[in-house]
Amino acid sequence: MARSGTLAGPRRRGGMGLARREAMMGLLLVSPWLLGFLIFTLGPMVASLWFSFCEYKVIQPPRWIGLGNYQRMFADELFYKSLSVTTRYTVVSVPLGIVAALAVAVLLNQNVPGARVIRTIFYLPSVVSGVAVALVFSWIFNYRFGILNYVIGLFGIRGPDWLGRPQWALWAFILMSLWGIGGNMIILLAALQGVPVSLHEAAEIDGANSFVRFWTITMPMISPALLLVTIMSIIGSWQVFTSAYIMTAGGPAYATLFYLLYLYRNAFNWFEMGYASAMAWVLFVIIFVCTLLTLRGSQNLVHYEGA
Amino acid sequence: MTTVASVRRGRSRRRLVREVARKLLVYLLLLPLTCFIIMPFAWMVGSSFKPIGSGIKFPPQFIPNPVVFTNYPLVFKTIPFLMYTRNSLIVTLTVIVGEVLSASVVGYSFARLRFPGRDLMFIVLLATMMIPYPVTMVPTFIVFKILHWVDTYLPLTIPAFFAPPFAVFLLRQFFMTVNRELDDAAKVDGCNELRILFQILMPLSKPALTTVAIFSFTANWNDFLGPLIYLSSARMYTLALGINYLRSFRGGGDLAPQMAAAVMFSLPCILLFFLGQKYFVQGIVTTGLKG
Repeated sequence: MARSGTLAGPRRRGGMGLARREAMMGLLLVSPWLLGFLIFTLGPMVASLWFSFCEYKVIQPPRWIGLGNYQRMFADELFYKSLSVTTRYTVVSVPLGIVAALAVAVLLNQNVPGARVIRTIFYLPSVVSGVAVALVFSWIFNYRFGILNYVIGLFGIRGPDWLGRPQWALWAFILMSLWGIGGNMIILLAALQGVPVSLHEAAEIDGANSFVRFWTITMPMISPALLLVTIMSIIGSWQVFTSAYIMTAGGPAYATLFYLLYLYRNAFNWFEMGYASAMAWVLFVIIFVCTLLTLRGSQNLVHYEGA
Repeated sequence: MTTVASVRRGRSRRRLVREVARKLLVYLLLLPLTCFIIMPFAWMVGSSFKPIGSGIKFPPQFIPNPVVFTNYPLVFKTIPFLMYTRNSLIVTLTVIVGEVLSASVVGYSFARLRFPGRDLMFIVLLATMMIPYPVTMVPTFIVFKILHWVDTYLPLTIPAFFAPPFAVFLLRQFFMTVNRELDDAAKVDGCNELRILFQILMPLSKPALTTVAIFSFTANWNDFLGPLIYLSSARMYTLALGINYLRSFRGGGDLAPQMAAAVMFSLPCILLFFLGQKYFVQGIVTTGLKG
């Protein structure tokens, strides 16, 4: 006590000064992020909200038109098309992708020799995303000479003209998204590895078979990871751009006019900055609502340890 | 006694059989899936050694016959591949430096210092990780246009110096795990915050810093939308734009040179992934974000 008293003495004198100095230093060191947030996130978001109420074609200054852009959106068939394309893509590719990622993660969690190598292979597509993948897949999906239809043909089925037919083009993109499940798979695998073995052993002694154990122990334990993966996948699916830009340019007959592709064209091909800003805000609201709904809907399903 | 032993032996043999059957089943299910993942890679590499014109040949072949090496030099002849590579390296390396430096400083502040508004700011930072790039794309472009930064690398690199949230989050989480006594001791010795960060925390945080650098490299090397928006003159193109450009050239529209370009383009990321695999996995798992 006496020792700590003597130590506290000189400290107390400078106490206020030290805390203030730390606060100053803290704010100073955090300022790069704070500035970046204001300049590159908050500022642009506020600006784009304002632009969304303006006609703004870059060469002239923005002109206030109230809800004009939003009204136009309601009448814009291509806007609806892009909305429907992206929604359908999300509704199919996200659940399929998560189920596939979970299935692979469960298989890899079985401690078979070589699991590490297979895990690496599954993650590899996430590293080479973008242009290279789009180039490779445009050849793979080729109607007559593509390897995919060749493989399908081996089973006696005639493969469709993947990228040339409106009813098939989106399926090509969904198939491609399944190729990239590795990122989600690794998150789920890590969650699976975090499930305590003791829980499974206890349930096994109580006579629960592996199916029951999966639903009553594994699923609740990995539910936070599943939720995270779901939200990230939904956000990602609304941002498909490069593959659509390179492989189909939105075609055929706008069948792959993804939301971001249409937004890009409005902004950077037609310089409709006001309209594009309105679209960006609608996108923001969509993603926000999707995230909120996922969180709400999963409230009773997600189990948090110790909560 | 003997009966018990034989029952036990029978049970353990049955167990073994079941165990082997289970593993076989796992392999049986994994094999087609793994083939599905490998196929495009095999197709890409294989096709890069095929003769010109094999893109429109039926049946398509996996293993090139004859093997041809001319596609690689053809890429260099058709597009200024080296110049694009240099451009990509300029952008990517600048971003890495900016991101690692700024995110370390900010991450340190969030992890170690007390200042008013810290917790609120950190929540805001987490929230911004959810905001998709397209939402801010248009006004940010307008700002850079007003600044006359369009068709320079500044719009692609300068934002990285303002501590991107993903990197801050990752480093902050890592700094929190480093024992505080070390920097307390340094403080007693009269070190200031920046020296503690650069001389104590950062050397101890090499795994986290490597993770940030690797993620930043792949994200920016592969970035297509950013360069597409900001770079208009061909001599400024990054490799991602450049190899897409290859298609519009005579002779570049064929399968083989395109695949050769795709192989060369993705090689750095693949190599980096194999060298730093454990950092990758660590990064994805701690943040739940994909590259």
